[in-house]
Amino acid sequence: MFLINCPFCGERDQSEFSSGGEAHIVRPKQPTELSDDEWAEYLFMRKNIKGIQFERWNHVHGCRKWFNVVRDTSNDKILSVYKMGEKPPVNYK
Amino acid sequence: MPNYRIHKTEYIDETKRVSFKYDGKTYFGYEGDTLASALLANGIHLVGRSFKYHRPRGIVSCGAEEPNAICQIGSKKDLTEPNARATELELYEGLEASSQNCWPNVKFDIGGINNFISPLIPAGFYYKTFMWPKSFWKKVYEPLIRLSAGLGKSPTEPDPDIYDHKYVHYDVLVIGGGVSGIIAAKMAAKNNLKTLLVDDKKILGGSTIYQNNESFKIDDKLSSEWLKNEIQEIKKLSNLTIKTRTSIAAYHGYNFLLAKENLTDHLPEEKKKNKIRQRLWKIRAKKVVIATGSIERPLVFNNNDRPGILLSNSINKYLDYYGVTCGENIILFTNNDSAYETSISLHKKGIKNIIVDLRKSASSELIKQAESLGIKIYFNHVVTNTFGYRKINSLEIMKLSEDGNTTVGNKIRLSCDCLGMSGGWTPMVHMHTQSGGKLDFRDEDQVFLPKENSEDQISVGSCNGDFDLENIIDKTVNKINKFLDIDNQDYQETNIICSKENDKRNIWLLPNKIPLGKTKCFIDFQNDSTAKDIKLALKEGFRSIEHVKRYTTTGMATDQGKLSNMHALGIIADTAGVKMGTLGTTTFRPPFTPLTFGTLVGRNVGKFFEVVRKTSMHEWHVENNAEFENVSQWKRPWYYAKNGENMHDAVQRESKAARDSAGILDASTLGKIDIQGTDASEFLNRVYTNAWSKLAIGKCRYGLMLNEDGMVYDDGVTTRISENHYLMTTTTGGAANVLSKLEDYLQTEWPELDVYLTSVTDHYSTASICGPNSKKILNKLFPNLDLSDENFPHMSFKEDKLENINCRIMRISFTGELSYEINIESKYGNSLWKMCIEAGKEFNLTPYGTETMHLLRAEKGFIIVGQDTDGTMTPSDLQMDWIVSKKKYDFIGKRSLYRSDTIREDRKQLVGLLTDDPKEILEEGAQIVSDIKSKPIDMLGHVTSSYFSPNLNKSIALAVVRSGKTMKGQKLIIPMENKNINVTVSDTIFLDKENKRLNA
Ligand SMILES: [Zn+2]
Repeated sequence: MFLINCPFCGERDQSEFSSGGEAHIVRPKQPTELSDDEWAEYLFMRKNIKGIQFERWNHVHGCRKWFNVVRDTSNDKILSVYKMGEKPPVNYK
Repeated sequence: MPNYRIHKTEYIDETKRVSFKYDGKTYFGYEGDTLASALLANGIHLVGRSFKYHRPRGIVSCGAEEPNAICQIGSKKDLTEPNARATELELYEGLEASSQNCWPNVKFDIGGINNFISPLIPAGFYYKTFMWPKSFWKKVYEPLIRLSAGLGKSPTEPDPDIYDHKYVHYDVLVIGGGVSGIIAAKMAAKNNLKTLLVDDKKILGGSTIYQNNESFKIDDKLSSEWLKNEIQEIKKLSNLTIKTRTSIAAYHGYNFLLAKENLTDHLPEEKKKNKIRQRLWKIRAKKVVIATGSIERPLVFNNNDRPGILLSNSINKYLDYYGVTCGENIILFTNNDSAYETSISLHKKGIKNIIVDLRKSASSELIKQAESLGIKIYFNHVVTNTFGYRKINSLEIMKLSEDGNTTVGNKIRLSCDCLGMSGGWTPMVHMHTQSGGKLDFRDEDQVFLPKENSEDQISVGSCNGDFDLENIIDKTVNKINKFLDIDNQDYQETNIICSKENDKRNIWLLPNKIPLGKTKCFIDFQNDSTAKDIKLALKEGFRSIEHVKRYTTTGMATDQGKLSNMHALGIIADTAGVKMGTLGTTTFRPPFTPLTFGTLVGRNVGKFFEVVRKTSMHEWHVENNAEFENVSQWKRPWYYAKNGENMHDAVQRESKAARDSAGILDASTLGKIDIQGTDASEFLNRVYTNAWSKLAIGKCRYGLMLNEDGMVYDDGVTTRISENHYLMTTTTGGAANVLSKLEDYLQTEWPELDVYLTSVTDHYSTASICGPNSKKILNKLFPNLDLSDENFPHMSFKEDKLENINCRIMRISFTGELSYEINIESKYGNSLWKMCIEAGKEFNLTPYGTETMHLLRAEKGFIIVGQDTDGTMTPSDLQMDWIVSKKKYDFIGKRSLYRSDTIREDRKQLVGLLTDDPKEILEEGAQIVSDIKSKPIDMLGHVTSSYFSPNLNKSIALAVVRSGKTMKGQKLIIPMENKNINVTVSDTIFLDKENKRLNA
């Protein structure tokens, strides 16, 4: 059970949050101009990395804000949290 | 009656005699006993029958690792409990227990026959034997296995006990109250760290607390005396909380642990009453010290499972802690020094014993002590067989060859009534691995050890592979100072004297002249798997330990292989000729010992199991005989049974009344989301399939919401209240998810939009009045409101006051009738409802529930998201292409509507179905086919909604059917269990296609 440091509320139990999968997948601005394959890439394809992964989390039973998390999925350590719209920390690239 | 209690100890209160029943017979023990120690004091070893071969089995251990002494407690339907370990069960007055694995009773040998047909029960026996014929499984094999295997009985009535949950936060958690745990807890607490020490036993002290050998001294005291002082010391520390009878069940990430505290299990029945039975502690600790100790290993030799064969150290604990001897003529079979402590203890109490030692020689203090006492030792010998059916009465030993691979010389037969075995010690690394820690292997004594890899967690003491007392204390002190970054000097001057083990010899499968196939060398006592089974699995090609485990069922019983896993691994490694350390271990899964469901559930039972949401009209519904339906967390009136009506009659009456005159529905549970902001219209454009920019203020519009994959997600009517203010309604079940989804898009994809979302579902109560007389009823309630079609047309919105209270009124319809929804602040909901009922009396205004609502909308062919859709339906599949804007550049899901798969013409599509016999009502979920002759039958789809329509006087149904759009008029078949129903594909709208009734 993780402890997640919500950038708006502070450290809270995982049970207050819901996970939103891989982060930094931007919804295409012009979906109609994409081929089926390109659209499928956006819609379905996720990395599911063993190691350092960028994820979206929602403080659903708290401030209801979405934010980003850098997590090492091999040991579940959360390395960093940052707000939506902020750039991912470069040292984890 | 024999009495094996041979001396007094401070842990047994002989002034408090306790009577208990075991297998229906009454016995006596004392306060402080476990069921196992009390049975042994009465001379009872035989406690069960083995799983496959029905062999007699006895108590093996004195702790959580016990594989045999598994019992059923009590016999009451609500309180009986299976799988209790007699070795952990504290004795109390009135305890009733029975051996679990021994139908019809422990002495009757029905399944003993398996013992003689055992060549027929090899590894994988369940997979091989019981696979065929298939029909035999349910009727013959399974009941037989269950009966003779005695898996215990579950209670059949609800658990009346009270369970509790508690969250706690600590700086340091110490698991295990033996020497190293006590030292760690003291060091932490004295350094101002808020510390919790838990131990599963009744008292602290681990195995050192009953240690009385002169070879182990601390500061010139017996180690047990020294430890008792330490315990007195730590009890005074205000920073330290001590929880005994508390075991860690699971160690999750981020130092989140679950612990089970036993509060009343050791109390007599009358003292248990009205008390919390068990408490589940949910612990967050900044740092965790694991000091869980180690358990003794059995040895694997022929017939190593007879009653009277125990772990050597358990014999010691029964003697020195409980005052009970396990026999009068004992043989100890060992490969290490610890059995010598048992031997010396027995000798001191006058119990005759001899030692059989695998090692060629040994030279520690303990061995010298045993030799000087004149205890007979057979070095370089191995036990090759044991005898005695219900209890061991003798055994055979032979000399080991130089390499230890075979036996040499003659058999020596020795008589005995008890055999203690010690194959060394296995560190309890469960907690370490559960927390995500990895293991190292130490070849020297063949143990897996915690690999230190965390700043938040550490293992100390024998669970870390430190076995001698000096090592344990010194290393614990050093490690804890470093781990907690403190400088504690308490143990700087401590003077420790202890016997040091110098010699080791480990043989996983002991050699024998008898071929392995003819031996019974048990590895897993509880699941009855043998060395032969492991070898067979390897021969058949299994290599991975996880596969061998499942194929042979080794380590898969309720004890989770605490005594067997290491031997299984060792034998695999030896047979395959690989190093044991390279094999890895099986996964150690929580819980460490079985947990009751009650503990896990805590207080969340009965009405606290799930949140119940009630509308403000709920009381009225109850008073008016409503049957309720659960819709997500809401209680919604399902139908109102009048004068003993059944559901069908009530629904027919309600449905007819709503179309003939007027009906009223409590629609308060529909999700309501208040949307405000200068970009509210643009936002709606993006989330719904249709266009919203041009919706006039005061107008309502139906919207369909898709997922990005193009599938229908939710629907509802949204009203434009003012320029930048909308009120969206959602389905009852979808409300929370829709809000989350909208928030997600606003925060992450379109943060530039000026839009604010507020859930107002609970803020408003809604009464929905429909039917040809609804306008007249509205007029009585709101006499000043102009209800003319010109002023207040269908799909529009007005505000008016009901006795000074503001109401929002929408003229919208889910039934196809002229219909008004009146929204009012929830606290006035009940009054509004009653005023509506009063005003409607002269028009036979009939309250109706969800079933009638579903029927009325089905007559009109309106879908219910989640009933007629299942996450695979596009708007086009639902024949709702009209609601998808062709002009809008984008909306959620738009691009997916012309993926190659979503434009397939043979997708399942929504159609109407009419039965050839209009009285026949289809079953929802029934399969639809066109041809029942060719096999396999081609499934075309299924019925999603089905009702008998009183207004049309015939059965109607909605269904999804492959290529359904092109099938109008076609005959299809619904095959049921005992008949085939003929149907014809129809339009989805059954009533009032022209929508005349909306303006009636
Ligand atoms: Zn938050």
